[in-house]
Amino acid sequence: MSEPQTQTQSAPPKRSFLQTLEIDTRLLGMIGAFLLVALVFNVLTDGRFLTPRNIFNLTIQTASVAIMATGMVFVIVTRHIDLSVGAILAACSALMAMTQVRFLPGTLGLEIGHWAIPWIAIAAGLALGTLIGAFNGWLIGYQGIPAFIVTLGGFLVWRNVGWYQTGGQTIGPLDQTFMTFGGINGTLGGPLSWALGVLAILFTAFAIYNSRRTKVKHGFPVKPLWAEVTLAAIACGAIAGFIAILTHYSVPSRVVARDPARFGCEVAEGCTPVYGLPISVLLLIGVAAVMTVIARRTRFGRYIFATGGNPDAAELSGINTRMLTVKIFALMGALCALAAVVASSRLANHSNDLGTLDELRVIAAAVIGGTALSGGIGTIYGAILGALIMQSLQSGMAMVGVDAPLQNIVVGAVLVFAVFIDIQYRKRLGGK
Amino acid sequence: MAAPLVEMKDVSIAFGGVQAVDKVSITLNAGEVVGLLGHNGAGKSTLIKMLSGAYKMDSGEIFINGKKVTINSPRDARDQNIETIYQTLALADNLDAASNLFLGRELTNAFGFVDDDRMEAETRKIMARLNPNFKKLKEPVSALSGGQRQSVAIARAVYFNAKILIMDEPTAALGVHETAMVAELIQELKKQGLGIFLISHDTREMMELCDRVAVMKNGQMVGTERVEDVTEDDILSMIILGKNPKAAA
Repeated sequence: MSEPQTQTQSAPPKRSFLQTLEIDTRLLGMIGAFLLVALVFNVLTDGRFLTPRNIFNLTIQTASVAIMATGMVFVIVTRHIDLSVGAILAACSALMAMTQVRFLPGTLGLEIGHWAIPWIAIAAGLALGTLIGAFNGWLIGYQGIPAFIVTLGGFLVWRNVGWYQTGGQTIGPLDQTFMTFGGINGTLGGPLSWALGVLAILFTAFAIYNSRRTKVKHGFPVKPLWAEVTLAAIACGAIAGFIAILTHYSVPSRVVARDPARFGCEVAEGCTPVYGLPISVLLLIGVAAVMTVIARRTRFGRYIFATGGNPDAAELSGINTRMLTVKIFALMGALCALAAVVASSRLANHSNDLGTLDELRVIAAAVIGGTALSGGIGTIYGAILGALIMQSLQSGMAMVGVDAPLQNIVVGAVLVFAVFIDIQYRKRLGGK
Repeated sequence: MAAPLVEMKDVSIAFGGVQAVDKVSITLNAGEVVGLLGHNGAGKSTLIKMLSGAYKMDSGEIFINGKKVTINSPRDARDQNIETIYQTLALADNLDAASNLFLGRELTNAFGFVDDDRMEAETRKIMARLNPNFKKLKEPVSALSGGQRQSVAIARAVYFNAKILIMDEPTAALGVHETAMVAELIQELKKQGLGIFLISHDTREMMELCDRVAVMKNGQMVGTERVEDVTEDDILSMIILGKNPKAAA
C-alpha cells in the first residue's frame, strides 16, 4: 500500500539565509520595529532610554498588559473580542485588596502580615476572574450574544462591581508579600537571576536539540546544522543579555541604607546589591511559556485555532465550540486576575481607576503583535512584543517630554499603521 | 438477507415552518454507492446531515447493521464509523494538512500533548497512497489547490477507517483530472466494502458512479432505482416532475 516516499526527498530549491534559518519574518519585523523605537528614543533622550534602570522599568510596566494580551490572543483568534478586561482587572483587584486589608484581618481576625493572607487574596481574585470570564463565555457561547455586546456591558458592570465593594475608597497598604509581585519590591537579585538565566539557556539548547532529533527520527527534512547552531546561539545570547542588563541595575544606596537586611547585608556600607529579574516579569515569562504550550501542544490550543480558521469545520469535526468559548473567556478572566495582582501591587494599593483603558492597550498589543481580527492567526510572543512596543512608545515619549495629547495621537496612529503593514505583508505572501 | 449497512426510516426534520425532510426512508448496503439527486432545496443535504450528526432529526429512526442508533452530534456519527466529506470541504484554512486530517482526533504523546511529528508522519503515509503529488505538508491548507484540499478531506475519511462515507458534491470544486481521481477513489473504496452516499447535481456522473440513485423533491422521496433499470431521462423527469415514471407505468 505505502509507496516509497522518494518524491519528498527531492533537492530543496536554493534558499536565502533567512529562509534557511526558518525564522518567522513577522517576528523579525517586530523585533526590528522595537529596536528602532528603542534606538530613536535613546538618541532623543541622550542615552537615558537604553539604561538598565529604564529597561527594568519598561519590563515591569509592560507585565500587567502583556499578561492579559496573551489571553486576548486566544479570544481574538476565535473571532471574539473582550472589552471588559480592564474592568475585570479592577473587580479582581478590589476583591483582593478588600480580602487582605479588611476581610481577613477584620472579619476573620487574622493578624496583619499573616503568611496566608496574600495567598488567600490571590486565590479569591483568581476565582472571581475565572468566574466572571466563564460567565461572559457562557453568554457568548451558549446564549449567542455577540462578544462585543457582552463585554461592552461587562466594561460597565465589573469596574463598578469593584467600586461597590470598596465604597469608592482606595484600599491599602497591601500585604508585604503580595507587593513582591509588583516589580521593584520583589526582585530576584543577582545570583538567583543568573541561576534562572543559565537554566533557561540549558533548556533552550536542549529543546532545539530534542526537536531536531525527533525530526531526524521521523525522516523529515531538517535545516542545516549551522543554522540550528546559529539560532540556538542567538536565543541563548538574548537570554544572557536580558539577565545581564537587569542585573546591572543596582539598588540606590539610600534604599539600601533604609533596610540593609532586606538585601542580605549587615550594614549599608560596602553593600552594593542589584535588582535583577523582577518577580512580575518572571510571572509574565511563566504565563507566556504556559500559553505558548497551550497554543501549540494541546488539543485545546489546536481547537482554538481551528475554530478561528473555520468555525463550521471545527463544529463538524466534533469540537464543542460553545464549551471552548467558555474555557477561552474563563482563561482570559483568570489572566485578568493575575494582571490585577501585578498592577495593584506595583502601586501598593487598590484604587478604582486601576486598569482604566487597559482593554484598549491589551487589544492593541495583540493586534500589533500580528493577531488577525478575522480569526485563526496570532502568536503569544507577538502579543508580548506588541505590549512592549506600545509601552516603549509611551514611556519614551513621556521621557522626551512629548505633550500628552500628542502621545495618544502617536499611539493611535501606530496601531493603525501596524495593522496596515501586517495586511500588506499577508497580501504579499498570498494569504488572506 | 442481512440487514443493510444503513437504514434511515421515516426520518423528518423541520426548520421553522418548513418541512425540510418529510418521512424519508433510505437504505445503503456495504460495497454500494447510492446517489442522492434533486433540485437545490430538495432536502438531500439536510437528510444526510442528520446521518452525519450536523442536524438532529425531529422524528424517525436510524439503524446501522440492523441496530438502532442515536446520532445527536458529529461525534456520535464518528463513533458509528460514519465520515463525511462536505461540499464546503470543512477544513480549517489556517492549519496545515496534518492538523486538519486529525482535527478533533489528535494523536497525543504520553504527556497528553499533541504529537505533531507523528501526525505529520502518518499524513505523509496516507498522502503517498492517495495523492503522491501532495508535498505541501507544512503550509496552511489555504495555500493548496482545490484537488489537494479535497484529498485532505478524503484522507480524513479513509485514515479513520470509515465504514460509511458521505460525500456531498465531492467534485463540485474540481477540475477534470481531479474529478477522475475522485471517481477512481470511490471505486477503490467501494471494493473495500464501504457504503457510500453520494450527493451531486451531475446526473451523468451519478449514472456512472452509483449503483442506485434516490431522487428527492420538496423534502420527500420520489423514488429509488437501480441505475441499470432507468435512463438518464427517467431520472430527470423524477427530479423535475417529482413522479416516478416506473411506478406510474
